[in-house]
Amino acid sequence: MTALLSVRGLTAGYGGVPIIEDVALDIGKHEITVIIGPNGAGKSTLLKTIFALTNILGGTIAFEGRDITGLKTSSLVPLGISATPQSRNVFPNLTVGENLDIGTYAAPPPDKTKTREKILELFPDLRSKLKQPAGELSGGQRQMVAMGRALMSEPRLLLLDEPTAGLSPAYLERIFDLLLDIRKAGITILMVEQNAKQALQIADRGHVLVTGRNFASGTGAELLADDNVRRSFLGGGVP
Amino acid sequence: MIDFINYYFIPALAIGSVYALGAVGISMIFGILRFAHFAHGDLMTVGAYGVLAALAVIPLPPLLLLPFGIALAIAAALLVDRIFYKPLRNLPTIYVVISSFGVALIFRSLLQLVWGSENQVFVSGVRPPLVLLDTFRISVLHVEAIILTAIIAVLLHYFLSRTRTGRSMRAVADDAELAAISGLDTETVVRWTWIIGATLAATAGVFAGLDTSAHPNLGWNLLLPMFAAAILGGIGKPMGAMAGGLIIGLAEELSSYNWIGDSALISPSYKTAVAFVIMVILLIFRPQGLFKGRLL
Repeated sequence: MTALLSVRGLTAGYGGVPIIEDVALDIGKHEITVIIGPNGAGKSTLLKTIFALTNILGGTIAFEGRDITGLKTSSLVPLGISATPQSRNVFPNLTVGENLDIGTYAAPPPDKTKTREKILELFPDLRSKLKQPAGELSGGQRQMVAMGRALMSEPRLLLLDEPTAGLSPAYLERIFDLLLDIRKAGITILMVEQNAKQALQIADRGHVLVTGRNFASGTGAELLADDNVRRSFLGGGVP
Repeated sequence: MIDFINYYFIPALAIGSVYALGAVGISMIFGILRFAHFAHGDLMTVGAYGVLAALAVIPLPPLLLLPFGIALAIAAALLVDRIFYKPLRNLPTIYVVISSFGVALIFRSLLQLVWGSENQVFVSGVRPPLVLLDTFRISVLHVEAIILTAIIAVLLHYFLSRTRTGRSMRAVADDAELAAISGLDTETVVRWTWIIGATLAATAGVFAGLDTSAHPNLGWNLLLPMFAAAILGGIGKPMGAMAGGLIIGLAEELSSYNWIGDSALISPSYKTAVAFVIMVILLIFRPQGLFKGRLL
């Protein structure tokens, strides 16, 4: 496995208080990696730290072999990393089209029209809503706008913070299917997910975080089969 | 009816244009930097004095010297942002609001120091009014103010909806954190907010000064109706602020028309109170303004 992103000994938080401590992980190229764990384990903080939205207190982050620790978010997007936050993931007063357009400003793709077309093929629901304010869309559609906006810069690594939070089961399935399509397009995905069982089913690798530290890791199938992980984080029972 | 148009309606649109230009800046600064900029009126005054200064050297019609006033206002705005506002950006809003009060006093005192506190006239002598069809007698300045404001409104709308910088500004106003996550450079957006806000403030200041005279309190005296206009239009909605300015201007001026009987409905000396009444009623019953802006 070639690691696209390597995190070593990462300690970070807000102000001087660490939320995650000494975290290590490798994200394989063209893979879906899922971070699971109980509430307050620091999953979102880990994602935000990779995207330079917290204070790093120690450790390193490398992307494609290059040290990116301490770089600003606005310089990470041009390097090929995009992210969508968990809530407030669209600009509500901007139209869907404008939301997508914003995604190209920090890192313009070589052919904007072509990229946009590819994204609309991925999310056909958005095509008829391009002129509508994003604030009027449903939760699932907003998630699509958010992912579309992040994909407009043609990133190599996509960070997703709970992409299925608050979505109906029908949409949840669709989002997971879309993630597989995005991976097929050659984009690496690192995501935090509450729906751990379903997420591990589509994931190539998973990491379990507990109280801000690495607890377990393995392929999706390994974690699903792990008794300890299953009992503590997947609601027990047979996988 | 002719009197109504000549002496109430057109002057109301002209003063409304001044409010509109000032309110746009207040609304954008609130939307993007998230604070009530109390030095905005004085920024208008700075713009007016910039034109006065240029007029002392270049004897041209004051409106042609507007670029000098705009340049001075932009320089002043960027400078105070760098020194007084930026260091307070991550603290609770009240710090930067109080700071802007201080900046307002600094602007006013500096102008007093250089030009003195007496009224300064841009052009002496009376400019004959524009006479149309023998009945309409309209001040040329008022026509200029209304037309220029209309042009600015169209340009601003185009800028905010079509250009990359304009869309970035709306994105930051919508959700600053998501804008940062999207990789937008918020400091560039902040800089553009000041540039546009100061440009429109200086334009408004020159019109206000030309209508009467320039004095160090010129903009400060207009601050509250402009805030009323910004709230009326919905905070963070520049086009709303434009409409709000016109509505406040109309409400103020038309309140002293003799709607019932022969005397003014409300004595002209109370007309500023009209703006305040509108503002208070709005804050109680519709704090998001007419165009669904952000809550204060």
